[in-house]
Amino acid sequence: MSELTIKGKVAVVGVGESTYYKRAQSPEPEFTLVLRAILAAAADAGIDAKSIDGFCSYSNDRNLPARLANALGSPELRFSNMQWGSGGGGAAAAIGNAAAAVTAGYADCVVAFRGLAQGQFGRFGAGPRRATISGQGAYTVPYGVMSPAQTYAMRTTRLMHDHDIDRSTLRAISMAAYHHAQNNPRAVMQGRPLDAETYDASRWIVEPFRLYDVCLENDGAAAVIVMSAERARDVTDRPVYPLAVQQGGGHRSGAGVHNQTDYVTSSFKTVVPHLYAQAGVGPADVDVVQSYENFTGGVVMSLIEHGLCTYENANEVLTFDNLVAPTGSLPLNTSGGNLAECYMHGLGLQIEAIRQIRGDSPNPVAGAKVSLANAGPMVEVVSTAIYGTEEALG
Amino acid sequence: MSYLAKGLPAPVPAPDGLDAPYWEGTRQHELRVQRCDDCGQHQWGPEWMCHGCHSFDLSWVAIEGTGRIYSWERPYHPVHPALTDQGPYLVVLVEFPQADNLRMLGNMIGDPLQDVIIGSEVEAVFEDHDDAEVPYTLVQWRCV
Ligand SMILES: [Zn+2]
Repeated sequence: MSELTIKGKVAVVGVGESTYYKRAQSPEPEFTLVLRAILAAAADAGIDAKSIDGFCSYSNDRNLPARLANALGSPELRFSNMQWGSGGGGAAAAIGNAAAAVTAGYADCVVAFRGLAQGQFGRFGAGPRRATISGQGAYTVPYGVMSPAQTYAMRTTRLMHDHDIDRSTLRAISMAAYHHAQNNPRAVMQGRPLDAETYDASRWIVEPFRLYDVCLENDGAAAVIVMSAERARDVTDRPVYPLAVQQGGGHRSGAGVHNQTDYVTSSFKTVVPHLYAQAGVGPADVDVVQSYENFTGGVVMSLIEHGLCTYENANEVLTFDNLVAPTGSLPLNTSGGNLAECYMHGLGLQIEAIRQIRGDSPNPVAGAKVSLANAGPMVEVVSTAIYGTEEALG
Repeated sequence: MSYLAKGLPAPVPAPDGLDAPYWEGTRQHELRVQRCDDCGQHQWGPEWMCHGCHSFDLSWVAIEGTGRIYSWERPYHPVHPALTDQGPYLVVLVEFPQADNLRMLGNMIGDPLQDVIIGSEVEAVFEDHDDAEVPYTLVQWRCV
């Protein structure tokens, strides 16, 4: 067996969040939210936050490691890492990069984090306010294609056309997320359940996406702390082991203006074989799934490409009853995810996957040993992590 | 007469000069894409190097302004102030069998609520914006 692996060598020791707010409602600046998330994760781990000596983030996070280490009063900063581009597609990758740093001995205690205060810094979903545009945007913006929803609705139309994916399948994904959020005190949509009639009557954002097919926009921060497996067992009695983390994209997944070689894809087709091979598990071993919902159509593609259903049976497998914990056969987005917990750019989904292994999810899947959380779908570079109990290390 | 309301950002060639021939072409009502001088492969969006054979010798060639609808979407929610009163509009992704199945985006001329059929044949309609500070021409599509 190869020694070139993170499996068994590192563990997640703590997770934490700031309060999650509706968009632009945070009373505190983004940097403060990040500090609160890191302190919460350190407290969850039972460690002093000053012992954090490495920082990983993604999507060009604005909160620089040197400033964070300075604010925390860390005696030394040993590792700083940014996962380039592709927005929330880097959420699992940031944890993977933290795990790699610990495995390599670059640092001892590394936090993967993300902060977003869209009131302070502007919205993802707004088009550019400028007189002219050049480069790739010149081929889309003048035609009214400028938001992420407008970019990825096009791919979802073709998915539904090629594989007869039903509207009811998209609806079930959204309803399951809202259902799970009702049990989650962190969720901004707790107290706001969603029924089929409300989904069906909701306005189009960009056909084929209705309002409830589209992620929230929120303010908040989240953090995940990784240490060596050996040290983890000294600080916590509930370490969670990343079995594998893989990132990437297929042939010309970054091609401009909708010219990706393989268009109808979540971008996971080349990532997943490496992921399962490294983890030493397969789709049948996965007890619970967190699948990044920028848009519901991307979740369908992701679940298929992770081998959790097929193009042929997606409409039969992806039903509300199957997707809800604890009784469903494929419990999905059990915190409410980006649709109904908080759009924490996917790091909340990673935390929920970790909590499922620890047993402290708001919607626990009894006896979960292996959980999967992906990030991205349809963007250029995506990533997925598989987490397990000590028993799952084999 | 433009398909979308005035006030969206106007396209200008990239400062590095990469795609200036494309925008010069649309002013002449000509649809240009890149083609590799060495291996003959068409390429889009604009790049400095052929992704097939790594040649830097890419030429701009005019292709016939026809294609077929690969996919489509209908935005309703305006994400730019210029579109506040626009209402729904249609965007089509058109592929070009005559150019290695490259794809381009444009608006679909006609009723914004019309049914769109993937695979339909469409032809280019050049939409001149002569009154812009730097005049430009967009490429729209209509069914044939
Ligand atoms: Zn070539």
